[in-house]
Amino acid sequence: MPAEQTTAAAGDTPGNGSRADSTAAREALNQVDHRPGSAKPDPIVVADNVTRQFGGLTAVDVEHVEIQRGVITALIGPNGAGKTTFFNVLTGFDKPQSGTWSFNGRPLSGVPAYQVARMGMVRTFQLTKVLAKLHVVENMRLGATGQSGERFLSALLQRWGGQERQITDKADKLLERFLLDKKRNDFAGSLSGGQRKLLEMARALMADPELVMLDEPMAGVNPALKQSLLGHVKSLRDEGRTVLFVEHDMDMVRDISDWVIVMAQGTIVAEGPPDSVMANKSVIDAYLGSHHDQDLSEDVEEEIIAAAEAEIAGTTKTEERK
Amino acid sequence: MDFQTILSLSLQSALGPTAVIYALAAIGLNVHFGYTGLLNFGQAGFMMVAGYALVSFPIVLGLSLWLGALAGLLLTVVLALLLGVPTLRLRADYLAIVTIAAAEIIRQSIGAATLSDTFGGQDGLTGFIEPFRALNPYTGSIGIPGLVTWSAFDFWVMTVGWVLVAISCVVIWLLMRSPWGRVLKSIREDEDAVRSLGKNVYSYKMQALMLGGLFGALAGFITALRSASIGPSFFATDVTFFAYTVLLIGGAARVLGPVAGSIIFWFLISGLGIFFAQATGGADPLIPASIMTSTQASLMRFIFLGLGLMLLMIFRPQGIFGDRRELAIDAR
Ligand SMILES: Nc1ncnc2c1ncn2[C@@H]1O[C@H](COP(=O)(O)OP(=O)(O)OP(=O)(O)O)[C@@H](O)[C@H]1O
Ligand SMILES: [Mg+2]
Repeated sequence: MPAEQTTAAAGDTPGNGSRADSTAAREALNQVDHRPGSAKPDPIVVADNVTRQFGGLTAVDVEHVEIQRGVITALIGPNGAGKTTFFNVLTGFDKPQSGTWSFNGRPLSGVPAYQVARMGMVRTFQLTKVLAKLHVVENMRLGATGQSGERFLSALLQRWGGQERQITDKADKLLERFLLDKKRNDFAGSLSGGQRKLLEMARALMADPELVMLDEPMAGVNPALKQSLLGHVKSLRDEGRTVLFVEHDMDMVRDISDWVIVMAQGTIVAEGPPDSVMANKSVIDAYLGSHHDQDLSEDVEEEIIAAAEAEIAGTTKTEERK
Repeated sequence: MDFQTILSLSLQSALGPTAVIYALAAIGLNVHFGYTGLLNFGQAGFMMVAGYALVSFPIVLGLSLWLGALAGLLLTVVLALLLGVPTLRLRADYLAIVTIAAAEIIRQSIGAATLSDTFGGQDGLTGFIEPFRALNPYTGSIGIPGLVTWSAFDFWVMTVGWVLVAISCVVIWLLMRSPWGRVLKSIREDEDAVRSLGKNVYSYKMQALMLGGLFGALAGFITALRSASIGPSFFATDVTFFAYTVLLIGGAARVLGPVAGSIIFWFLISGLGIFFAQATGGADPLIPASIMTSTQASLMRFIFLGLGLMLLMIFRPQGIFGDRRELAIDAR
């Protein structure tokens, strides 16, 4: 389990035990009802009656939700549905007007964000928060938890060299995995938008989280890299971690998530495995749109081109008439 | 025009006790502002609390001067706690407002007539210097004859002062290359990111406020020792702003920035001051009284310093030691 991994060992290939775990966890989901707020066999996060209002606007109003341990759960929904706000509440970055929520059975109301992170629930931000004037590798090192050199006296007495080397090794491995190793000694502020997303995700992994919460990890990442990132996210699950992510990219959601939760206007409107959720009428109406599962295959493309040509022809005709 | 004198007096001031005081005060502000991004506009308050503690122990309580130094350090930590507890959870501007107000409150209270029996009101306190003077190993005047010299006492203050500056710089260097310093710099960049990685931002900001305040305390000690007296007027608000100027000249978030900044600042301030005094003084002044009288000239150094600061901000905004590339990031 990630919580027991030592700082140095993390990032290594996971054992077979956890791999079996994650398959079991996924299979357990087969028994779960496909309705909002359904109970999971082994929930890592449970939230009840969480409401967050901004003035008159209710951004989040979640009656009950459970996140299954050891699987990849996607949180989808239209813009302004309250996904980010719900993330903020869960991780202690925002205080709701009411509600209770827990992580590993421990209630989190009133627990400050940094303690939530220490418990093993680490999140990234939709608008990336890289530390611009620190080098990329320093950004990564900051992510490691339990650093003795972060205590004043040990820092002053310089008792941190050994641990720093371990952390740096781990950071370099992750940077390589996220294709940022060439940027290692650049200022994080000089990275592109997509690279910042990658750095933030890699940095969150430095903390060896049990639950990784990613807010739109793929936004602005190029298609080829997206593919390899999908692999990384899956490997997080195989390492025994739980992943909860917000994403608008339906291909990604379909491809990697084991469970999908749909939010709209602050409430959870649907839950289920990707296929069943994406076939759900209300989800299609509220969010996906009726053409969501069509790739731009040749016939569709031809149709569109034909329609466009017809339109152009139409306008030229009108112009000719004039 | 006597350039020899101008150079000599400028050097005397650039390396003298005053430069030590501002170097120490700016080292503190560097921890606050340069590394952690905390806006402390009340460094003079920290200096004053420490300075008065040092002096009050022998004068008011009849105890040892050295015990007073210890008390001064403790009281600055307490002051940092008092200022930090209510403000460090809030946005950065609150600390700025609270510190500038607190520094003035401290100054007005200690200088108040009601407390003049204890703290000597606006006249301040004297007569505590003997234990310090007794340790002075120097006699006569010291320096490079013909170029720059100091009195034995000034040189003793300087010795102690520059040793403190050197130790402070080593401490800053050790701390800021460590993971602890990395957390401070990260807080300056983005608090929430640091929080999301499991660091107690509030506690680190408090530690930074205390540490920077302690360097301010050292500056306060030297202020009292240098003049062999202490008074509220030594700790006016402009002390803090001069210390910020020193920091910006040298370059924020650089170990030696405050030291270089202080030396340059005091070299220029004295040099310009003496130059304009000479240029407008005497029987046949270089600048005739119709253009500028000597009273007006005494303000010219500040005008030129302001001009210099503007040019610095335009052409080398990162300060003397700063890193241009870091600054370029802000432009994005
Ligand atoms: N700090 C705030 N003050 C006022 N209103 C807010 C605040 N944060 C969010 N909101 C409102 O709450 C609602 C939910 O916002 P949220 O950011 O959670 O949406 P989201 O589901 O993450 O959307 P997106 O997919 O666009 O990121 C929106 O209507 C938004 O305007
Ligand atoms: Mg969002």
